[in-house]
Amino acid sequence: MSEEQIKNLETQFEARIARDEKIEPKDWMPEKYRKTHIRQMSQHAHSEIVGMLPEGNWITRAPSLRRKVALLAKVQDEAGHGLYLYSACETLGVSREELYEQLHSGKAKYSSIFNYPTVTWADMGAVGWLVDGAAIINQVPLCNTSYGPYARAMVRVCKEESFHQRQGYEIMIKLANGTPEQKELAQDALNRWWWPSLMMLGPTDAESIHTEQSMKWKLKRKSNDDLRQQFIDQTVPQAELIGLTIPDSDLKWNEERQSYDFGEINWDEFWQVVKGHGPMNKQRMKARVGAWEEGEWVRDAAMAYAEKKQERKQKQAI
Amino acid sequence: MSDKKNWPLWEVFVRSKNGLEHRHCGSLHAADEDMALENARDVYTRRSEGVSIWVVESKNITASNPENNGEMFEPAHDKVYRHPTFYDLPDEVKHM
Repeated sequence: MSEEQIKNLETQFEARIARDEKIEPKDWMPEKYRKTHIRQMSQHAHSEIVGMLPEGNWITRAPSLRRKVALLAKVQDEAGHGLYLYSACETLGVSREELYEQLHSGKAKYSSIFNYPTVTWADMGAVGWLVDGAAIINQVPLCNTSYGPYARAMVRVCKEESFHQRQGYEIMIKLANGTPEQKELAQDALNRWWWPSLMMLGPTDAESIHTEQSMKWKLKRKSNDDLRQQFIDQTVPQAELIGLTIPDSDLKWNEERQSYDFGEINWDEFWQVVKGHGPMNKQRMKARVGAWEEGEWVRDAAMAYAEKKQERKQKQAI
Repeated sequence: MSDKKNWPLWEVFVRSKNGLEHRHCGSLHAADEDMALENARDVYTRRSEGVSIWVVESKNITASNPENNGEMFEPAHDKVYRHPTFYDLPDEVKHM
């Protein structure tokens, strides 16, 4: 194809997206669109998969059967969400093995929030309430993104995710209304998860290298700073309602903006964690790669069994 | 990586309730059709979204190519006489 023909196709392509048409797997698309989508969708899928680890840590120690079945169901959902997203990603011609390889080798990133440890039961509350809360804010606009398989996966994810946030907040309510020690656990979890949750919504607009192109392709519908503000405005009253204090002395209602002003985010910490120096980066990858490697014989056995059954069927047919 | 083959890809179709058609809802990897059905149940019907599941190995699906959408679908565009609104009726005929 000549350069001019490609240019022409690109113009038509951008016009389709501007008209809110969806792009489907076999449609022509610019190479950059394909690459950007593989990067974002796989990063999203990896986050769901690695996101199972901090919570999986507490399943066996959940304080009641009610909490245990809920946490188990939530972690199971995350596995499901990872699968929806990997499948959507594979429609762009990348294989599951390549995607796993990118995660395991450290080439692909996942959400930096999962590199923080879950040290008390209250962290299960804070993760559901704050981390899933921030994730929902990020994800709802993606239900309308331009790439069909991604948009459809996001619709399913968003439908399922609202229980995640509720179960987390319910844990926080219970603890906040419990004994002084329990309330302290809840406050401590909020203190530790608040700032990482704000960082989770991504670097400030000025620092965000992908924003402009992603906005055009509707891979992003609101800027990181807008999403962050939305998250803060929605979460502060929820904290107040259960008598917990947001760990930010600069947090103040701004009457004029009808929004909260908030303090400086420690972006050095964010970049440190992104670069692999967070408290749990190494453990997370070790657990993930270990699970993959230790499961290899199971995958091979299943394949060998499937082939044996197939051969038997063919023999009987003769 | 082992020299064994990777699990193939399957497309999943779910009938949400009797009376409705099966609809494509996504894909997954599984060693064989039995495992594909079980995985489909776990991945796509965790909240009672289905009463029936079809799985088809993806390589068995033949798809039209959007690049040929012109010759494929355009012949239908100028056949307005296939639609009821093409036909003029007197106003007195209320329903037909």
